[in-house]
Amino acid sequence: MPQTIGIPKETYAGEKRVATAPDTVEKLIKLGFSVTVESGAGDGASFFDDAFTNAGAKVVSSAAELWSASDIVFKVREPEMREVALMKAGQTLISFIWPAQNPDLMKALAERKVTVLAMDCVPRLLSRAQKMDALTSMAGIGGYRAVIEAANAFGRYFNGQITAAGKIPPAKVFIAGAGVAGLAAIGTAAGLGAIVRANDTRAEVADQVKSLGGEFVKVEYEEEGSGGGGYAKVMSEGFQKAQREMYAKQAKDVDIIITTALIPGKPAPKLITAEMVASMKPGSVIVDMAAERGGNCELTEADKAVVKHGVTIIGYTDLASRLAKQSSTLYATNLFRLTEELCKAKDGQIVVNMEDDAIRGFTVIKDGEITWPAPPLKLPAPPAPKAAIAPVPVKEKSVVAKVFGALTLPIVAVALFVLIGLYAPPAFIGHFTVFVLAVFVGYMVVWNVTPALHTPLMSVTNAISSIITIGALIQIAPQVAPGIARPDELIRWIAIVGIALTSINMFGGFAVTRRMLMMFRK
Amino acid sequence: MSATLTTVSYIGAIILFVLSLGGLSNPETSRRGNWFGIIGMTIAVLATIFGSRLVEIPGGHEEWKLVMPGGLVFIIAAMAVGGTVGIIAARVVKMTQMPELVAIMHSLVGLAACTIGYASFIDTSIQFVGAEHVIHVTEIYIGVLIGAVTFSGSVIAFGKLSGKIGGKPMLLPGRHFINLTGLVLVLYFGYAFVTADSIQTATLPLIIMTVSALLFGIHMVMAIGGADMPVVVSMLNSYSGWAAAATGFMLSNDLLIVVGALVGSSGAILSYIMCKAMNRHFLSVIAGGFGTGGGAVAKKSGDAGPVGEVTPISAQETAELLKEAKSVIIVPGYGMAVAQAQHTVYEITKVLREMGKNVRFGIHPVAGRMPGHMNVLLAEAKVPYDIVMEMDELNDDFPDTDVSMVIGANDIVNPAAQEDPTSPIAGMPVLEVWKAKTSVVMKRSMASGYAGVDNPLFYKENNRMLFGDAKKMLDEVLAALKA
Repeated sequence: MPQTIGIPKETYAGEKRVATAPDTVEKLIKLGFSVTVESGAGDGASFFDDAFTNAGAKVVSSAAELWSASDIVFKVREPEMREVALMKAGQTLISFIWPAQNPDLMKALAERKVTVLAMDCVPRLLSRAQKMDALTSMAGIGGYRAVIEAANAFGRYFNGQITAAGKIPPAKVFIAGAGVAGLAAIGTAAGLGAIVRANDTRAEVADQVKSLGGEFVKVEYEEEGSGGGGYAKVMSEGFQKAQREMYAKQAKDVDIIITTALIPGKPAPKLITAEMVASMKPGSVIVDMAAERGGNCELTEADKAVVKHGVTIIGYTDLASRLAKQSSTLYATNLFRLTEELCKAKDGQIVVNMEDDAIRGFTVIKDGEITWPAPPLKLPAPPAPKAAIAPVPVKEKSVVAKVFGALTLPIVAVALFVLIGLYAPPAFIGHFTVFVLAVFVGYMVVWNVTPALHTPLMSVTNAISSIITIGALIQIAPQVAPGIARPDELIRWIAIVGIALTSINMFGGFAVTRRMLMMFRK
Repeated sequence: MSATLTTVSYIGAIILFVLSLGGLSNPETSRRGNWFGIIGMTIAVLATIFGSRLVEIPGGHEEWKLVMPGGLVFIIAAMAVGGTVGIIAARVVKMTQMPELVAIMHSLVGLAACTIGYASFIDTSIQFVGAEHVIHVTEIYIGVLIGAVTFSGSVIAFGKLSGKIGGKPMLLPGRHFINLTGLVLVLYFGYAFVTADSIQTATLPLIIMTVSALLFGIHMVMAIGGADMPVVVSMLNSYSGWAAAATGFMLSNDLLIVVGALVGSSGAILSYIMCKAMNRHFLSVIAGGFGTGGGAVAKKSGDAGPVGEVTPISAQETAELLKEAKSVIIVPGYGMAVAQAQHTVYEITKVLREMGKNVRFGIHPVAGRMPGHMNVLLAEAKVPYDIVMEMDELNDDFPDTDVSMVIGANDIVNPAAQEDPTSPIAGMPVLEVWKAKTSVVMKRSMASGYAGVDNPLFYKENNRMLFGDAKKMLDEVLAALKA
């Protein structure tokens, strides 16, 4: 009996995303599951009921019906208490949960004796888990949308232009925090033609910033800010001071600031003070992507766009939801990849295997028992930076050996020539001259051959080397100098064999070369 | 035909042969070059048959005399038989089988050099004394030696290339010792052969040397793995040239010497290019044992093997990727030849080019089993040669490329060659496909390449694996592109 996956309509006000897409429904059905969708669940993301029906899903009209019919429920936002009340024992819920922020919800869920897999707890460092990492895919969308929101509120072009009416300078965008969201924002803003600068406490992201077309602005203070797990950590007082000075300087210069700085388990750091906002040019825009966690700017108001000191400060917390179709599609894919991991047999039954590092990581409640937080991952030691590997000792030849090595060939050659000059008869010298010159001609000519024609070169040299037939042709002639016994018959037959063999090359070689060369065309 | 006319004809033939090789610098001029070769060969053969030669007249003096050979009938018959075989072979051979054909042709040159050497050896009418005698018999000895090694080596190479003999190197215990013994034998019997005072006493050393040369040729090529085949094929190409040159010395024929030297240096240059493309020393290729099918070498580097997850992709998704790409670079390898997929590759290229995409091919010098193998296959499939690029021409373009497609290649796109100094292929120049936005690798399974080195490319984040038979998968991609 295949298990049923149910996708309810999101209940959170303004949430437009949905936890599956019609394409994904097809894939889930291929994995052996049956899929049920609440009517209207995908409306916000422009996935309408008939699209789900066509993909093979069953559409039910009420949330209650859906929850009771499903063995597994896919959601985007953490469930509300009234949804928890609809859950039945043994059910599995896969959704964002934020267990640290929602202890009550965790308790309520545990009481329902269900299994809960939290999308926000996917161990991001496990490369195997990256395909299910919804935080990353949502953050990327948020970064993109942040730039679009900024462009919307900003009264000028992003790209510089020279028009008949005058020169337009490009907009300057500063992005605080070059995580997934920050990098997406850098790419988007650079794509629109703005001058993009970015800063991050982790110095190692500088290359990524540059690769996306941004300029990395350093804080003039030495401290490493990588806090493990791909997040930043809280920095020392001295660093923060230097950082504030840098931000103050940037605030005066740039038109748009997008902040993405988050520190796990802590309120967002206040990077942009009220004075900095006041120092910005009128008409500037700040998009504070950390608004949900208190904001990186002192003047941010969550879920609102406000104008203060002539600067528009956008504190939307639903940036991903504002790109509902895209974020639903990606989230659905993340969920599908996760389902694949749970259902390796492709038989429509999920197995929550707690031995599996990835699955253990995001399982926060197992059959009513709270298993969060997961024990720290025993990560395979991250590949040591290549530079750290002791360089293979290069065999350093001594100078004498080097000189000797370089001189060996000329010495041998000179010796050979001297020997030949001393002892060889004149007739041989003549042939030898011809030979050496021919080698040089061959060397010059063959280096000019285009590599594309190396195979024809081999077949034509093959054909030409059948010139050896001349030897056999000479030998086939009968005795011409009477008086010496010569085994004419034997030599003739050997020569005939030789001629026949070389003729294969002569005719075959030229023919096949011709055949090949005819194929080369523009 | 007078003696001088023969000589002049030979000079003409030499010029034509040089022009023939020179024509290959460009596909446009190459066809004309081939005709030059044919004309040169015709002139050379006719001038020899109807030419005069130095003969000894009773009474002690020499003079040039026209010898209309009584063997004309035999010559025509032998050429007719050989020519027919050759032309039929040239017609029916598939382009994927070109390396085999070239290898077997090398063996024929080697064998012919042997027969001519033996015939010259038993020809009692050629008599020299003193240094000239020593040089003449040495030339015979060397001619037969090179000829025999070329012959047996090429036969084995043919067997390996055509799959009649397994591609794995056969590594006998103490193989260097065996080769060394062979060399000593050859030198010793060479001395015996040169100092022998009659044909009868010289016969045995010559035969022993021939046998050991044949065995050496077999042993040498047996020890070389599939991936090193391009080096071997070009090396044997070179040998067949030297064999012809040695025969020329033996017969005091400048035409043979020149042509032999041309062919010999051509093969040597090709071997050098191939070795450089694999960052290997020529001697270490000949010493053999590298191109294994994934054996000892792989295990040695196994502990440092890349870890991670490969991301599979379907033919459908590949087609989507290609549709969205602006620029595509296709990197073919031996796997494309094996799967006979070049025509489908061309169809895909055509469809993509019609969509206005920039499609190019990146050819690694050692892709395939002989130099230029991929170019010929793509030309056969009608891919225009101006979009088929050499590695150095487009390696810098990968960062601006949307999709790089690797079809049946492995070691030539292995980033370990650049990133891992401990890798067995470290330092080998490779096509940097991983620098493209997305790379798609078509492969039958996760087995490692001929070098037996795991390929970190497969685990890169922007890499996708399209598993399955290349031809079948490409057909599906094509269908999806057209849909």
